[in-house]
Amino acid sequence: MTIIMTVGGIVFLLPFIWMVSASFKLEEDVLTFPIQWIPQTWNAIENYSQVWFGDKSFLLYYWNTIKISVLTTLTSVAVSSLAAYAFAKIKFKGRDIVFLIVLATYMIPPQSLLVPQFLMYTWADLFDSHLGLILLNSFSVFGTFMLRQFFLGINDEIIESAKIDGAGHFRTFFHIALPLVSPAIATYAILRFIWTWNDYQYPLIFIRSEELYTLQLGIAQFADAHGSIYSLMMAAAVSAIIPLLIVFIIGQKQVIEGIQLGGVKG
Amino acid sequence: MKEAKEIREFDTELKALPISSNAKQQGRNRKPIFKGWKDTIVGYIFISPMFIGTSILVIFPILATIFLSFTDWNFITGVGGFNFIGLENFKTLLGDDIFIKSLIHNFILLLVVPIGLLISLTLAVIINNHVYFKDVFKVVYFMPYISSVVAVAIVFQVLFHPTMGPINQLLLSLGVENPPGWIADTNFALISVMVILIWMNIGFQLIIYLAGLQNIPKELYEAAEMDGASAWYKFRKITVPLVSPTTFLLLVTGFISTFKVFDLIVVLTNGGPANSTSVPVFYLYQQAFIELKTGYSSAIALILLVLVLLITFLQWLGQKKWVNY
Repeated sequence: MTIIMTVGGIVFLLPFIWMVSASFKLEEDVLTFPIQWIPQTWNAIENYSQVWFGDKSFLLYYWNTIKISVLTTLTSVAVSSLAAYAFAKIKFKGRDIVFLIVLATYMIPPQSLLVPQFLMYTWADLFDSHLGLILLNSFSVFGTFMLRQFFLGINDEIIESAKIDGAGHFRTFFHIALPLVSPAIATYAILRFIWTWNDYQYPLIFIRSEELYTLQLGIAQFADAHGSIYSLMMAAAVSAIIPLLIVFIIGQKQVIEGIQLGGVKG
Repeated sequence: MKEAKEIREFDTELKALPISSNAKQQGRNRKPIFKGWKDTIVGYIFISPMFIGTSILVIFPILATIFLSFTDWNFITGVGGFNFIGLENFKTLLGDDIFIKSLIHNFILLLVVPIGLLISLTLAVIINNHVYFKDVFKVVYFMPYISSVVAVAIVFQVLFHPTMGPINQLLLSLGVENPPGWIADTNFALISVMVILIWMNIGFQLIIYLAGLQNIPKELYEAAEMDGASAWYKFRKITVPLVSPTTFLLLVTGFISTFKVFDLIVVLTNGGPANSTSVPVFYLYQQAFIELKTGYSSAIALILLVLVLLITFLQWLGQKKWVNY
């Protein structure tokens, strides 16, 4: 069974294997048939250097994307963990109603909000800026919901004893609750990083200037400009996927557990 | 969950400390240390970044969408040019062939979910029971899910190329005389999109199913084996009913997510050829940001929202009939 599944797994990954192999080839070898899985003539260095240092600078796209993904992840983790702690561990008037309202917004398809968001962004001068893009992904219902589940798992007595020792909610949050849920924070941070890295829709609508382009916008545009040079397109695609793959392989346990716990993307 | 377990362990450690037993004694006849109003203020301070952000970026826009959908406003006329036209936009939409087509496409796309679930459940059962190196397989099947949609779309553009693409070259060499034109063929473009969607979602569904399978008590299978049940019988009578809550969760979230499929369509086909892969979210984007018809696109957004709510509600009603908790 393991052997059958291994064959199945390889077939499943064939599109990726083909992509990597095509990115190493001379353009005229890309579409030869039968497929040469191992290139006969290697052209990897030329392809990749043209993608990275050619007329479209992937270095810039990378820098923009790293900046946006890291900052979004940081703000989103801060915002979500604060709210999650309050929803789980502070008893206050109207808490359940507010939580229900926040949870209900999760149903809304983000596309149905694009037009008003676009108008607000133009008025607030956030259009075509990285700050605007970061804000769009920073208020995650998913993150709040997921982290709340973990805060709920902390025994109330720990919070109570902290109070008796004279700690306010801020100290309890930073020194006791937050360290206890740090594995969950890591999980959410990795997921948010991957989703922000892969986001195409928001940059497509909210970014105009080419020097602000993210990687996803960059490759899409690269594909438009070099649409018929497949070896270069594949080198660009590989470049977009590799960093994520590294993040995923390092944090795979966290990612898988997070997905299983949260159940949905958001 | 491992984390939850660690937290529980930490809890018991803390409880064992002298201070906490001390605290318990005090707790019996003490007044609350934080008065209610103080907790309320602190609570609202904690949730304020989240709540203000959500209000500005989600709750206010949804109200604006409802308002705009009853106007004929467009980006060019500027702030002054609002005209209330009542239900006019919705009437136009009902007669708009491309919109109706897009809606139908979206309902066809729903098929992706049950087909994907069937494949994922089968794979999950095999991986769970019959395979070594489970973790490796998890990573393999998960790869498409974490990969960027843009990169995947670009790869499949070439793979599905009607004349030179590897898929059709293979079909030709196997003796298929007229292979379909895939994304260049109006009859096959939507099917191509569906194939890619299934491929991308299997990893996600598989991971969730694996978690569901872990929760089925082993004794059930052992008892069935003693009665001489076949593998197929066990699958049908034990596995399928007992993972039904998972199936339900995946169906609801899967159906809703088909209404959000945007990136793949924009990059892969741009709605074409001849609108054969247009879906409401894509049509909405086109009307809003290319045709600049703000009011009209808001009406599409509202219909989309109502549809998603309706599907969620119907499934919530239906679950009682077939989900075993």
